[in-house]
Amino acid sequence: MSLHIEPILGRYAHIDIEGVNHRIYWEEAGEGIPLVCLHTAGSDGRQFRAVLNDPEVTAQYRVMVFDMPRHGKSSPAPGTVDEDYNLTSDAYVAQIMAFVSAMGLEKPVAMGCSIGGRIVLHLAKRHPEAFRALIGLQSAAYVPRYYDTAWLDRPDVHGGRVCGAFADGLMAPTSPKDQKDETRWHYQQGGPGVFKGDLWFYQIDGDFRSEVDKIDTSKVALHLLTGEYDYSCRPADTQALADQLGIAPVIMPNMGHFPMSENPEVFLTYLKPVLEKIRAAG
Amino acid sequence: MFTNLTRTAGPGSKVAAMAPLLDMKLMLSSDTDDVLVTIREGAVTQCTPGPHVMASYDTRLVATTEAWTEYLAAVPRPGYHDIFALLRAGSIRFEGNLLPMMQNLLYIKRLLASLRPEVTA
Repeated sequence: MSLHIEPILGRYAHIDIEGVNHRIYWEEAGEGIPLVCLHTAGSDGRQFRAVLNDPEVTAQYRVMVFDMPRHGKSSPAPGTVDEDYNLTSDAYVAQIMAFVSAMGLEKPVAMGCSIGGRIVLHLAKRHPEAFRALIGLQSAAYVPRYYDTAWLDRPDVHGGRVCGAFADGLMAPTSPKDQKDETRWHYQQGGPGVFKGDLWFYQIDGDFRSEVDKIDTSKVALHLLTGEYDYSCRPADTQALADQLGIAPVIMPNMGHFPMSENPEVFLTYLKPVLEKIRAAG
Repeated sequence: MFTNLTRTAGPGSKVAAMAPLLDMKLMLSSDTDDVLVTIREGAVTQCTPGPHVMASYDTRLVATTEAWTEYLAAVPRPGYHDIFALLRAGSIRFEGNLLPMMQNLLYIKRLLASLRPEVTA
């Protein structure tokens, strides 16, 4: 029996973000157009394992996934581990731009999900010239606080278990169990207060409603894909955003909040035509 | 609507194994039902249908019969597949002391989902 070794390579890079040195973990596979993937709140880059492993994608794209500071294998910057953590739009944009710059990427594509789907809107507004195209998964201009996020980080509730339970409910009941379990496990491994701190950006600081009309889609192409089972970023939320931008979203049936992770095989059938369109556009 | 929990989440069930340290009383309410669910060591040992006089419970979940019916479908439609989806839509209320539920949130979700008909391939 031959040993199956995935083509993904993972390494650490020391990257200055807003003047502070961070030890950032990233994984990559493939060659070609850089495709920087941005994971969801409270999770890490493993969510994009199927994109990294897909030979058709990696034949055309250099897929790169970094763990945000405090997520996955990217620890908090030295001396900050006990600080209150609330992700801001400015900090999030700075992380992405620092990674792109440090890696010497020229006009990459950026694809983000959930908070990543929101931050691509900020990138489209602030740095349209820096990207070949942007892909928003589960992307909406705004999501209100429909539950009390204080439950995600308190001493009498196990943070991993409660965050995992939230992630579990956001997935489609029809997605494969093994992939749903994997997706939930990433949440169960999250650091204390990280999911809650990320949601500060998602629900408060990153509110993009008054900014949508500042995006010029003639400067950077924006593609939106949303799963129909997502009740956080609902299809109607993505549709409203797309209508304002004058673009057509893709609504994915039988898919929830984590398409690339909860049902990667089906997700890739939606992603590949988008990637081909971006490649063909040059 | 909920009394089958003594069978689907009773002693020895997969659901019971998820929360062996949990004792709580959970009230599940619809338009027509108030079922007091007694949980001991993670297992549903008793489901007492209303009406109740001076019922004492930890947590109460209140939704319309229509919302519960949709939620308990074998494959629920989008927006009805999770109690927080119902919360977002304003069709469920969480009442009482939420701590035991939030400490055992995945368990509570699996407990409720155990009432769904099994999907055969």
